[in-house]
Formats: sequence, structure tokens, C-alpha cells
Amino acid sequence: MLRLEDVVKSFGGVVATNHVTLDFPEGSLSAVIGPNGAGKTTLFNLITGHLVPNSGRILLAGEDIVGMPPARIVRKGIGRAFQVASIFPTLTVEQSLMAAIASHVHLSENLLTAFPPRSVRQRADELVELLGMAPVARMLCSNISHGDQKLLDIGLALALEPKVLLLDEPTAGMGPEERWQMIGTVRRLWEQGRMTLVFIEHDMDIVFEVAEVIHVLRYGSVLAQGTADEIRSNPEVIEAYLGTEIAHDEVPA
Amino acid sequence: MNLLREFRRDIAIAAVALLVLVAIGLGVDSPWPRDFLTSFFAFGLLAMSLNLLIGYTGLVSFGHAAYFAFGGYAFGLLMQWNGFTESLGAAALPAAFVAAIGGTALYSLVIGAICVRLTEIYFAFLTLAFQMFLYSVILSAVTITGGDQGLMGGIPRPPFLGIDLADPHHRYVFCAVVFMVCILIMRVVTESPFGYTLRMIRDNAQRAAFLGVNVTRVKLICFVVSGSMAGVGGVILALFTSGAYPEWAFWAQSGEAIFMIMLGGLNVFVGPLLGAVALRVLNDVVQMYTSHTEIVIGAVILFVVLGLRRGLLDFALDWWVERQQAKLAATNREDDKR
Repeated sequence: MLRLEDVVKSFGGVVATNHVTLDFPEGSLSAVIGPNGAGKTTLFNLITGHLVPNSGRILLAGEDIVGMPPARIVRKGIGRAFQVASIFPTLTVEQSLMAAIASHVHLSENLLTAFPPRSVRQRADELVELLGMAPVARMLCSNISHGDQKLLDIGLALALEPKVLLLDEPTAGMGPEERWQMIGTVRRLWEQGRMTLVFIEHDMDIVFEVAEVIHVLRYGSVLAQGTADEIRSNPEVIEAYLGTEIAHDEVPA
Repeated sequence: MNLLREFRRDIAIAAVALLVLVAIGLGVDSPWPRDFLTSFFAFGLLAMSLNLLIGYTGLVSFGHAAYFAFGGYAFGLLMQWNGFTESLGAAALPAAFVAAIGGTALYSLVIGAICVRLTEIYFAFLTLAFQMFLYSVILSAVTITGGDQGLMGGIPRPPFLGIDLADPHHRYVFCAVVFMVCILIMRVVTESPFGYTLRMIRDNAQRAAFLGVNVTRVKLICFVVSGSMAGVGGVILALFTSGAYPEWAFWAQSGEAIFMIMLGGLNVFVGPLLGAVALRVLNDVVQMYTSHTEIVIGAVILFVVLGLRRGLLDFALDWWVERQQAKLAATNREDDKR
């Protein structure tokens, strides 16, 4: 579904993405992990068109999307939620979703009908249900909890019915309990939406539990990729990322 | 027809308000309420249309009176042009009306296409610059516009379809109807999917763009609608004063419209209308006691802006919204407990 081929991006002398080749098959659930500064968010920015790679190709369903403006890539079916929830503070949860859906069905420049059009309302109700946000649907986005704001951000991306959904740290800034709840919701959305989902995550327990495939980045390069078991036992990953504690445990001094 | 059904409540309110306005204007045996209300229609439309940009889209234009003046001058010049009135006969006035609005729309399209690419202070300054440009053109093109004297010699108002706008009663009812139709149009626009797209842009333009909204084009459409509605206000004032004056295009006129919005409230649809009335009443009351009206009004504005930080109706809205939200939150907490 989504494929990166030999993508390079550098800022001045710093190579943020170094000959990265990644494949996200249709319907897969993948995690991208790596230490701070490994180039995870840069990778997302490259895919969504907010950055243009120096070289390489990014293929969505076989079509090269490099150089397309972000709005066009969104319309092609790559949705994204942000590390810091990007929402509309003075709208209510359901208004935000309805406005996003209106944009998706090309109604946002319609001056002479009432908001929301019936079909948009229906779809928004479904989304609210899917996200489990019914209790807060009529709350202002600025008045809901941090976790709900992150969830709404994902909901806004889902309003566009994306083929590929990119989630930049969906559990950032949450407590442990809230994290598991959130990732459970993400997994449920993935199962029901049958989309290709890629998420960045720092919590290893979550990654190993949820992701089908894990891609490890370091210094902008792909260090390893594979299933949870393969990554867990990969000596390079253990040394580079999982910390030396495990290595120390396994290798007696 | 769908539109009429969806907005039947707003249409009903507008119809009642129109009846009340007409009853006041025709029922009172004095020109004072008619004159007061007609100028209120003109400046009310100026403030309401400006709030489409400021309140709904978050674009603070400092040059909005340019479109107001453009409408007034275009209408006045067409009606003073003998070739135009003679060839069109009875249709001249409605034709000039439509042409003036069309011309204002075109003018705001050109200016808007340049301005909406900028944001915040740059947008404000560019709109101001274009307004002062129009002001200088009006002042210097003396042979056409009469320069600082304004359009002199009166604007002819030939009767059409049995409506004689030279007659103060006919004119008042005509202006009231035009005003109410424009308010209704703006109501529909702000409560349409487009209106909610404007709110998205105001809250978070970047995210709106990520959701596939063409931010620049939406802002431009809003700019044109807003400019055209201000143009209607100018036409009403030209009809009323039987002339057009360069002060309409002066920056202070735009400033006054912003004061109206700040006074009345920018987050409530009719806020600017309340502001227009409040500013006018304030002006008249202060004038009874002192000739230094500006200094007193300036103090009041400072108090509203720095002290209250919200317009009158914004207070009502915030109170209402807070109450609703608290109620919702309370119900959610109770549900959680169960």
C-alpha cells in the first residue's frame, strides 16, 4: 500500500533520513520506533508531503507521491494525527468531526445549505460511536481531557476515510492506564477500518503487544525490522535502543 | 426550497423584525426614527459584514469601509450619469443597485486575492493600504467624484415598480427590506458548511488545510461576500443622503466598524448590530453634554477592550456556553459513577 524506496532527506549537514526503504503492506499494523532524533517524525513529514525528500520515491498504491502538495496527498488517502493534538478549540467534538467530513465530501465551500447536511451528520454519529466519544460529543474541544483530544485528532484524520493512517505518538503525555486504553482503541479502529496503520511509539510494552511489524530507526537509517520476537532478540537493537541493562543481564560481566 | 425549510426559524425571526422596523418607521409621525434606523441599516451592514472576516474567520481587516464607499460611489455615479438613466428608464435604479454590488464584489475579489494570502498584522496593514489608496483616488479624481466635496447635486431616484425612493416612507421600507435580506443571507452563510469551514480556519488554519480545505480560496470567498455586503450598506447610505462622501472611505470609518464589533460582541451573530446601536446612542448621548465626543468614546472603548476584553453579547454567550458545558460535564461524571 505504502512503500518508501531509498528515501534521503538532509537538513544542511544533518542526514535525518538516510537511504530508508520501508514497506507497509495493505491492512498492516506497523510501529516505528527509535531513540529521540532517529528521524521518526521526519519520516511522517516526508510521507505527508510536508517535507520533500532529496532523493528516493514514496509510493502510495504504486503511485509516486513525492512533490505533491500536502492537501493533495491527504485527498489521495493518507491521514495523519499529530504528536500534540491539533484540534479546533471553539468547536464541539461533533462539530469538528462534521466540519472535517464536510471537507472530505467537498461540501466545505457550500454557502447555501444548513450545517450539518444530513449525510454528514450520520457519518459523524458513526464516527463518534466508533471512537467511543458519545459522552463528550457536545463538549467543546478545549474542555475535554487530553486523551480525548488525542482521540479526536485521530477521529479528524478518520473523517477523511484514509487508506493509510499515520499516528505520531498516539499515547504521548498520557498516564499508563490511559495509554493502554488509547492503544486498545487504536487497535479496534484498525480492525474495524481495515486500513494500513503506522504509529510511532515510545512505550516498548505497547509496541511489542500491539504491532504486527516493528521498524527500528537509528540516526535516520533502518536498523532492523520484523515481528516483536525478532526485534526483541535482535542484538543490534538491544545494544542500540533497548538499553544496555538487558544486554548486561544476558551477558555476565 | 430546501433552504427555506432549513432556515425557517431564522426567516421567521427576520420577518418579525422587519415588521417591527416598518411599524416603527411608518407609525411614528416624525422623521427621526426613520433617519436613525436608515443610517443604522447602512452602518449595521458595514459592521456585520466586517464580522464575517473578524469574528468568523479571524481576519482583522482595517480597510473594510473601502467596499462600503465603493458601493455608495458606484451607485451614485451610475445614477448621476444621464446616459445610464435615460437608456434604462424605470429600470435604472434597480440596475444601478445590482451593478454597484456587482462592482463591489469584483473590486473586493481583486483586493482580496492579494490580501488573503497574508495573515494577522500583514493582512491588516495591506487592507488598510488599499483603503487609503481608494481614498486618495476619490479625493484626487475631482471631476468624477467631486473630490473632498463628495458627489454633489443629489442622486436622482426615479420610481420603479410603483416604488418611489424619493419618498421618505417608500425609501425607508425599501432600505429596511434590503437590510433584512442581507442580514438573512449572512445568517445562512455563517450557519452553512462554509460558515463552519470559516470557524475551522479561525481556530486552526493549518489543521483545516490538512483536512483538505483550500484555505486561501475559502478566505477569498468570505472576503468577497463580506465586501459585497458592505457595498449594500454603502448603497443604502447613498440613497439616504442622496450623495456619497470621501469620509466613507477614510480609515476612521473602518475603525468605527471595528469599534462596533468590539462593543457588541464578535462571537454572537447579531453582536455587531447591537454595537452599531450602542455606538450611535453613546455618540448622541455624549454629544448632549460635551463637544469632546471622541475623547469620551475613546475612553469607553479603552474600557471595553482593556477592561472587559469582550463585547456585550460575548458575555451573554460565554455565560450560556459555560453553563451548558458544566451541565454536560456533570452528567458525564454521574454516568461514570454508575
